[in-house]
Amino acid sequence: MLETRELTVNFAAKSGGKKAQLTAVNKVNLHIKKGDALGLVGESGSGKSTVGRTILHLNKASSGSIIFDEQDITRLNSTDEKILRRRAQMVFQDPHSALNPRMTIMRSVAEPLILHTKLRGAALREKVGTLLEIVGLQKQFLYRYPHELSGGQKQRVCIARAIALNPELLVLDEPTSALDVSVQAQILEFLKSIQKELDLTYLFISHNLAVIRYVCNRIAVMYLGQIVEQGETEEIFNNPKHPYTKALLEAVPLPEPGQPRRGKPLVGDIPSPLDLPKGCFFNNRCEKAIAGVCDVAPVPTYTLEGGREVRCVLYDPETQRQTA
Amino acid sequence: MTDAPVLEIRDYRLNFNTFDGVYHALDGVNLAVGKGQSLGIVGETGCGKSVTVRNVLGLLPSPPAEVVSGEILYNGKDMLKVTPAEMQKIRGIEIAMIFQDPMTYLNPVFTIGTQMVDVILAHQKALDKSVRKNKKQARAHAIEMLRKVHLPNPESQIDRYPHELSGGMRQRVLIAMALSGSPKLLIADEPTTALDVTIQAQILDLIAELVEDMGLSVIIITHDLGVVAKVCDNVAVMYAGQVVEYGTIEEVFGKPKHPYTEGLLKSIPHPGKPPEELYGIPGFLPNLLTPPIGCRFQDRCPKAMEICGTPPKNRNNAAHDRTVLCHLYEEGFEDA
Repeated sequence: MLETRELTVNFAAKSGGKKAQLTAVNKVNLHIKKGDALGLVGESGSGKSTVGRTILHLNKASSGSIIFDEQDITRLNSTDEKILRRRAQMVFQDPHSALNPRMTIMRSVAEPLILHTKLRGAALREKVGTLLEIVGLQKQFLYRYPHELSGGQKQRVCIARAIALNPELLVLDEPTSALDVSVQAQILEFLKSIQKELDLTYLFISHNLAVIRYVCNRIAVMYLGQIVEQGETEEIFNNPKHPYTKALLEAVPLPEPGQPRRGKPLVGDIPSPLDLPKGCFFNNRCEKAIAGVCDVAPVPTYTLEGGREVRCVLYDPETQRQTA
Repeated sequence: MTDAPVLEIRDYRLNFNTFDGVYHALDGVNLAVGKGQSLGIVGETGCGKSVTVRNVLGLLPSPPAEVVSGEILYNGKDMLKVTPAEMQKIRGIEIAMIFQDPMTYLNPVFTIGTQMVDVILAHQKALDKSVRKNKKQARAHAIEMLRKVHLPNPESQIDRYPHELSGGMRQRVLIAMALSGSPKLLIADEPTTALDVTIQAQILDLIAELVEDMGLSVIIITHDLGVVAKVCDNVAVMYAGQVVEYGTIEEVFGKPKHPYTEGLLKSIPHPGKPPEELYGIPGFLPNLLTPPIGCRFQDRCPKAMEICGTPPKNRNNAAHDRTVLCHLYEEGFEDA
């Protein structure tokens, strides 16, 4: 249903007083089937949010294309863009700043309906009431202001606003990272249930692997603007292939006793996107880096059996470095 | 705990006097950390976990804060009663603190070397007024501390400005700065929350190293149960200004007793297991301007009984230091 082909987003930046180009998203190929929940996971600065925003035309794509329902939507005129907005919506990370503090909840949720439909007056109020009901809020919230609501309630309002026009695709950008865990649990449960009920497709962006594992059936792991691994959630968790995915999974502390105090944490920091390493972007932190191979030429993505995609020379079928 | 604890907080009650009334932030907190031990304090936003430790170093302005009762004993000395001059000799030298966001705690217009040297000289001055400033020596000490926290190339990094360093490196600098007075106790308030997981793993590894190799006592405040399980010996679970459960990691995570701890553990998706249904704790934190009479968790508790309308008492397990603040354990409890 949604596909990105070689999607690239560049930002203008300055480095040492000179103009430079920062490639936030680097030839990303994503494919999401209808009814899927694709988790886009990565550390800060990996470009995961930029991918989500670019799909919804909140950032401009520099090259490559975005295909939505077999239609190229990379470049649209304003009329077509308005149609896209009805079909694809976004939920942002921080519900406190995503709602206008001077608008009542009624007004915030009604906004997309006023812009896109002819609903007015009593019919509009009723529709907003139903939407709030879907997200588990009582009608009494209609005329409250955002500051009267808790974080979890505000995020429910944001979700109500996003689903107001019956979209097919929801881009969720870290929807629970500003919330406490007990509230996060409620929102995640709820997101899972409305996905089935409303037949939604999710692009779920998060740095939290546990959350992704909980909500998504497919995962794409990003590092420095590239997708390094993509596949089915449980397969990736049980058998990560890319050294970065492995390191990422090992780095998450588990909420249970008896873990080793010390591991072998990944050394070094994420390189600056203005000064990218040659070859594989991960080679300077990778345990398995092969000198003369990994640090020379860019690494292509290999598709393995079962549809797993890995961007690592270890999985080159011709050299067969990795027999697993 | 056989040794006398390094830090002990006893029956600590703290209010904030606000325009809306008296906010009962802490209600009878009891905690202790032994030498070379690490204690984790976990809880959700607003449960009082940061407020609990702030006054160990006298960091809460009063007013609005008002200590109602209790004592904070550091090696037997009540930190709530020390004079500012005495505090100078403790702050950073006996007890040091690091905070969540490493960027906001470093001054952007000075190099990290300047800032570290300032701290080191201030410590020397606090201990001995007559000491002569020796910047060269302080700088050498700063480099040594940076090496200790495994900052790569400390000799050149020391002349950098904070914005030139990554988040993980900045947190290492703050830890180095905190350790420069060779404290016995380090209080870390959400030390890894602003960091990425791979960087978080590096910092947690470093903290574990400091505890094991240097015999440092550590208090880690976090909302991340995984972090606590990884680096701490003991854990205190806080809810609405009270410690509801306290014990070793094995006990509390393995066999949670308090309904809140149970709910908290069931509400986090486990990164190492395929998804099971999550349990969101219904309801909200009580308003601490008008705290409920009796158990503060009663409105959200699946096991609430009539008796929960009266304040529960801390129940100890006779065998060791485990405590649970809940009426369910009125008769005491046993655990293996």
